[in-house]
Amino acid sequence: MKIIYCDALIIGGGLAGLRASVATQKKGLNTIVLSLVPVKRSHSAAAQGGMQASLGNSKMSNGDNEDVHFSDTVKGSDWGCDQEVARMFVHTAPKAIRELSAWGVPWTRVQGGSREAVINAKRTTIVEDKERHGLIMSRDFGGTKKWRTCYTSDATGHTMLFSVANEALKHKVDIRDRKEAISLIHEDQRCYGAIVRDLITGELEAYIAKGTCIATGGYGRIYKQTTNAVICEGMGAAIALETGVATLGNMEAVQFHPTPIVPSGILLTEGCRGDGGILRDVDGHRFMPDYEPEKKELASRDVVSRRMIEHIRNGKGVPSAYGDHIWLDISILGREHIEKNLRDVQEICKVFNGIDPADEGPKGWVPVLPMQHYSMGGIRTKKTGESQKLHGLFSCGEAACWDLHGFNRLGGNSVAETVVSGMIIGNYFADYCLENDLDIKTQTIEASLKKESNKIDKLLALNGKEDIFAIKNTMQLLMDQKVGIFRDGENLSQAVDELQELLKKTNNITVKSKSKAGNPELEEAYRVPKMLKLALCVAKGAEQRTESRGAHYREDFLKRDDKNWLKRTLTHWANEEDILPTITYEELDIIKMEMPPAFRGYGAKGMIIENELSAQRQEEVDDIKEKMDDEGKDRHEIQDALMQFDLPMNYREKNERVGE
Amino acid sequence: MAQQKDVTISVLKFNPRDKESHPKFVEYTLQETPGMTLFIALNKIRQEMDPDLAFDFVCRAGICGSCGMVVNGKPTLACRTLVANYPDRKLQLIPMPAFELIKDLSVNTGKWMDSMSNRVESWIVDNEKEIDITKIEEKMEPKVAEDIFELDRCVECGICVASCGTALMRPNFVGAVGLNRVARFQMDPRDKRTDEDFYDLVGDDDGIFGCMSLLACEDHCPKNLPLQNKIAYMRRKLVSVK
Ligand SMILES: Cc1cc2nc3c(=O)[nH]c(=O)nc-3n(C[C@H](O)[C@H](O)[C@H](O)COP(=O)(O)OP(=O)(O)OC[C@H]3O[C@@H](n4cnc5c(N)ncnc54)[C@H](O)[C@@H]3O)c2cc1C
Ligand code: SF4
Ligand code: FES
Repeated sequence: MKIIYCDALIIGGGLAGLRASVATQKKGLNTIVLSLVPVKRSHSAAAQGGMQASLGNSKMSNGDNEDVHFSDTVKGSDWGCDQEVARMFVHTAPKAIRELSAWGVPWTRVQGGSREAVINAKRTTIVEDKERHGLIMSRDFGGTKKWRTCYTSDATGHTMLFSVANEALKHKVDIRDRKEAISLIHEDQRCYGAIVRDLITGELEAYIAKGTCIATGGYGRIYKQTTNAVICEGMGAAIALETGVATLGNMEAVQFHPTPIVPSGILLTEGCRGDGGILRDVDGHRFMPDYEPEKKELASRDVVSRRMIEHIRNGKGVPSAYGDHIWLDISILGREHIEKNLRDVQEICKVFNGIDPADEGPKGWVPVLPMQHYSMGGIRTKKTGESQKLHGLFSCGEAACWDLHGFNRLGGNSVAETVVSGMIIGNYFADYCLENDLDIKTQTIEASLKKESNKIDKLLALNGKEDIFAIKNTMQLLMDQKVGIFRDGENLSQAVDELQELLKKTNNITVKSKSKAGNPELEEAYRVPKMLKLALCVAKGAEQRTESRGAHYREDFLKRDDKNWLKRTLTHWANEEDILPTITYEELDIIKMEMPPAFRGYGAKGMIIENELSAQRQEEVDDIKEKMDDEGKDRHEIQDALMQFDLPMNYREKNERVGE
Repeated sequence: MAQQKDVTISVLKFNPRDKESHPKFVEYTLQETPGMTLFIALNKIRQEMDPDLAFDFVCRAGICGSCGMVVNGKPTLACRTLVANYPDRKLQLIPMPAFELIKDLSVNTGKWMDSMSNRVESWIVDNEKEIDITKIEEKMEPKVAEDIFELDRCVECGICVASCGTALMRPNFVGAVGLNRVARFQMDPRDKRTDEDFYDLVGDDDGIFGCMSLLACEDHCPKNLPLQNKIAYMRRKLVSVK
C-alpha cells in the first residue's frame, strides 16, 4: 500500500489550484498538486479573451472601480451570487492582476495617443492619455459598464497559466501530473486526503493531508456541445458529492456561450464582440439591436445566447449540414486589428473551417451557435472556501460554488476568480492546514484504498451488454436536448428519468480490455457513473426550480421569482445506492444585501416576481447612502456601512488607481 | 460538400509496461466526415474499434499543446490536423521521439518540460523584490510587452524537440523550446538576470551551443515562433560573455 503524506493537498493544477499552491507553499506548508494532465495543459490555458479587474487605466475604463465591477457582477448573476463574496472578489482582482504582472504576464499595455476602434459597428477614434502610456490596457466584454477586461492578445489564459505554473515551480511546489483523484478519504465529517490513481501505471495510492483543496474545474463535458476541454468532466465535484457529506451548490446554473464555432464547438472569444464584432442572420441582417436596443451584442451571455436561439426559431437561422446557425462577423474590425488582437480566433477559423475572418463581406463570416461553456455550480463552500459540511475540504476556481457568479457569470470574471480565489481561499486553506493536525487511523486509509481497488476489480469483472461509450454519448445528447438553454418541466422530468436509467445501466457493461493500466475504457467505466450523478444534480435542480434566473431559463416559468426562489440549490448524495440526489435550499438574505434585487438593465422588462423585502432594503440602502453622502463620507466608508467583508493578507487594503 | 471517402489510419502501438507487447502498426479504416480532424478520427477509433488505443488530447483546439505526434513523418498537433489535407487519405501515426513513451501515441512531455523549466529557471528572477500589489503597476512599453508575448506564445508541445537532430543525439539538450524561454526572459525588463546568468544556465553544448541550425524546429512549430532568429540572437549574446 502506497501512502504519501503532505501538509496541503491540492487536486487540480489549473490557475486556481496552482495559485493556491503558491499560497500554501509560501506559508511553509509542504504542498502537493495533482493533475490529470501536465498542469500547463489545464483548461485554463484555453481562456482567450481576458480577465476582469477594475484598474481603470484606459480611456474607455475611466472612472471604473470596485463599486462598478461589483454592480456588474451582481446584475450579471441575476442576484443569485453571494454579495459578500462578490465584494471580496472585486476588491482583490486589481491586486491579482498586478501580482501576475510582476510574475511575468505580458499584459497588453496602453498606447498613448489616438487609435481606431469599432464601437456599435462604427469606426471611432479613441484618444488614450499620454500619462497612462504603458499601464495595463483593457477591452470591452459583455455585461459590463466599463471596458474592464485585461488581456494578452487573445491568449490570456495561456500566458496567465504559464506564469503561475512557473511561479509554483520556482517555489518548489511538488507538482504531479497524470494522477487522478478518484475518491476522498474522510471520517466523522473531516476530509483527510484522496485516493489517487496513477494514470500511467494504474496503481492506486493514498494521499494524506491536513487539508485538501479541490480545484478541478467545471463539468461541461456532461453536455455534447461544449467549448470545454475533454478533461472537464467535473470529477472533483463528483468525488465531493460521493462523500455523502459535502454539498454541491446551484448545479443547474450552467452557462451557454453565444459564439462557439460550428460544428467543432471551439470557442471564439467574447473579445470578438467586445472589440466590435456583430451577429448576423440568414439575410445578413444585424438582429441583436432589434432585441436588445441598448447593449446589443454585448448584453450578458445568457441573454445573447437566448436571443440567438429565439431568432433561429423565428426562421432566421442559416441552414447547414449541422442544423441552423448564426453568422459572426468580425471582418468589420479590419485585418490589422484581427491579426494583432484576435490572432488565435483567426487561426481557429482558418484551420478548422477554412474561413479567414478578416476577409471582407460574407466570405469572412463565421458560423456560430450557443453551446455549453461554464459551470456556475460546484462544491458549495463558505466564504473561506471550506465546504459547509465536510471539514478540511476546500474548493476554489470553477469547481467551487463559492458563489461569485450566481446564475450567470460575466465574461472575464472566471479567470479572475481562479487567481483571486487562489489567493484568498489559498490563504484560508493554508491557515487551516497550519492549525489542524492529522489524526487519522491507518485502518481508515486502508479501508478507503481497499474500497476503490475493489470497485475497479468489480468493473473489470462485469459482463453485461451495455457499452460505456454509448451510455456517455446518450447522456451528453440528452443534456443538450432536455437540459439546455431553453428548459421546461416536461423535458426536465424526462431527463431525470432517463439519466437514472443510464446510471443503472452502468452496472451492466463490459470493459473489453482487462488491463489495469493504460486502459481508456476502464477510465470511462469509473468516470461516467460519476458524470451521470452530476448530470442528475443539474437536471433535478433545474426541474425543481420553477422560475427563470440568469442562465436557467424555464419556458413554463418565464419570470425571475424573487418571492419564492431567491435561494441556492444544495444537493448531496445521501446513500451510495441512491439514484437521485437529495435537494435542500439555502435562503439568500435580502436585508443583508448591498444591492437588493432589481432589473438587470438588459433582457426583457417586467419579468420579475418581486419580493417585498427588496423595496424595503432598497429604501434603507438609499437612506444610508444619502445621509453619508451629505456627511461627506467617501465611497469606501459608505460601502462599509452597507455590507462588511473580510480578506486575508493585505488584500483588504485600498487599490491605488490613476485618476482617483 | 466533399464526397465521403475511406480513411486509413495506421498507428504504431506499443505498451512498454507490458512484457507481452511489441511495437507494431495497427491499421484502422473509417469513413471520413466533413471537417474530420485526427482528434475526431482517433476518438471514433477508440469508441468503435479499439478501446485500448492510447493518445492525449485536452483542448482539441490547438491551444494546449497536448497532442503532438508524428503524422506521415512530420511532427504536428493532431487536433489541428485535418484528414482532408491528405489527398490519398492514408495517415501513419507514430509517437513523438525524444520523449518517454507512455503507451501508443501518448508520450511524457510534461516530465520533460518540467525539467526544462527548472533547468532554465523559466520564471521571472527579480531577486525576491517584494512588489506592493496595492499600488499602480510598473509601466511597460507596449511594444516590449508585445514582443515578450510573441515568444510567450509557446505551448510547450515538444514538436520542436521531436523535430530536432541535436535533441535526438543529446538527451539533455534543452531544445528550441528551452532556448526560446531563455530569450523570452532575457528581453523582459522585469527579469534581473544578466547575460552571465543566462550563460551559466545554457552556455554549453546541451544549451545554446548544441544547436546545429537545422531549422526543423521552426518549420514545424505550430505557433510559428521565430526560433532560429532568437537562438542565433542568444548565441551571439552568450558568445560575447566569454
Ligand atoms: C474556451 C474557453 C475560453 C474561456 N475564456 C475565458 C476568458 O476569456 N475569461 C475568463 O474569465 N474565463 C474564460 N473561460 C473560463 C475559464 O477559463 C475557466 O473557468 C477557468 O480557467 C477554470 O480554471 P480552474 O483552475 O478552476 O480549472 P481548470 O483550468 O479547468 O483546471 C482543472 C485542473 O484540475 C485537474 N483535474 C481535474 N480532475 C482531476 C482529478 N480527478 N484528479 C486530479 N486532477 C484533476 C486538471 O488536470 C486541471 O489541472 C474560458 C473557458 C473556456 C472553455
Ligand atoms: S517552440 Fe513551438 S514547437 Fe517548440 S514547444 Fe514551443 S510551441 Fe511547441
Ligand atoms: S489537444 Fe490541445 S493542442 Fe491539441
